[in-house]
Amino acid sequence: MARLSRQPVIAAALLLALFAVAGTTLVALTEQQTRERIADNQLQALLGSLHALVPAETIDNDIANDSVTVSDPTRLGGAETLVYLGRKAGRPVAAVFTSMVPDGYSGPIRLLVAVRTDGTLGGVRVVSHKETPGLGDKIEERKGDWIHGFLGKSLTNPGIERWKVKRDGGDFDQFTGATITPRSIVKAVKNTLLYYRDHGDGLFRPAPRGTQTDRREPHG
Amino acid sequence: MAETGYGKLIKDGLWSNNQALVALLGLCPLLAVTNTAVNGLGLGLATTLVLVLSNTTVSLIRNLVREEVRLPIFVLVIASFVTAVELAMNAFFHDLYKILGIFIPLIVTNCAIIGRAEAFASKNSLPRALTDGLAMGLGFTLALFTLGALRELLGMGTLFSQADLMFGEGARGLTLEMGEAYHGMLLAILPPGAFLGLGLLIALKNLLDGRRPALKRGADARAEATGPGEG
Repeated sequence: MARLSRQPVIAAALLLALFAVAGTTLVALTEQQTRERIADNQLQALLGSLHALVPAETIDNDIANDSVTVSDPTRLGGAETLVYLGRKAGRPVAAVFTSMVPDGYSGPIRLLVAVRTDGTLGGVRVVSHKETPGLGDKIEERKGDWIHGFLGKSLTNPGIERWKVKRDGGDFDQFTGATITPRSIVKAVKNTLLYYRDHGDGLFRPAPRGTQTDRREPHG
Repeated sequence: MAETGYGKLIKDGLWSNNQALVALLGLCPLLAVTNTAVNGLGLGLATTLVLVLSNTTVSLIRNLVREEVRLPIFVLVIASFVTAVELAMNAFFHDLYKILGIFIPLIVTNCAIIGRAEAFASKNSLPRALTDGLAMGLGFTLALFTLGALRELLGMGTLFSQADLMFGEGARGLTLEMGEAYHGMLLAILPPGAFLGLGLLIALKNLLDGRRPALKRGADARAEATGPGEG
């Protein structure tokens, strides 16, 4: 092999470089071909989960792109929390918090918590978690109905002191063999409701430019 | 020549030299994603696609590649294909992609792929390398799928749950359930269940393999007893 070229190292390096260029080209072309579709998939997935909590017919804004970032680590979990805003004809309908549960059984749990303007819950969904399969993972919608139990609840229904799992004297079910997971989620949802009670009005203003101009049109 | 025929290649890939059950390669994805049959099938097919593409390419360039840099080049080829397959899955099977997530890029680290590139494709003609890639990939898929089905059935009492993610809405009806009374064996879903399941599958395969020579020996002995065989 070495006899074929006087400088095998350079030949080898050139060959390697050639393949690096070919490989990169392949990846770049694929990326270019799929970019639009992937972005669209991600948007559809986001819209799908938002619309499950805030039905599409109850809002008329582009909720996926109408959001604010707030910061309240004690009540919303993360250092920064993205809040999607649902509006109809410019009026607030619901806010969807990407709350984080800091004290799950094994690591943080990410939630979507939809709070309607009257302070009731439009629903809660678990976005990601690392809870024990078969025990704590009944919080997933596809593995149990538990998460649907939040629909329509508010700080007055049940009363704020009833926002606990039954074992702690509250209104919410725990799971056999897994109390910590439901307990931490109930607490996080309650904290999100408390945040909304105190700061909810501030979320919807200022409205994003697009919505604002729409509202000032004569027909609005 | 019978030993190197296409039939032998296919049999090796699917059974005799099954990458997961005999060579024990690619254990990381094998153990991590086989919690349901559909996940196993999804990752298996993605791996098969990469294996076919990489075997084909490596075979095509086998006379061009210099000895000193062959491994980096194989790695480059494999990594490029995996990235392309990952992007394509994200675009066309987005829901399945969300579940398999991190394990698709990890196909790069599946030793079975570079193993076939180095041990087979770099020394064989295009059609043979292609056949080998397909057979090895399907063998791997078969192991992943079986282990996934076994764990799903024992652990959750379902089979083919979320089949709709892969085959579209029409496949929703494929899902089988063992009924409300079955609460699942947690161990099967947890990581140790993957090791135990794989151990069981290997034992089962060895058991099946062990029978064949015994039968053959029995047949030979009978042949000798009745008269000279054909040899």
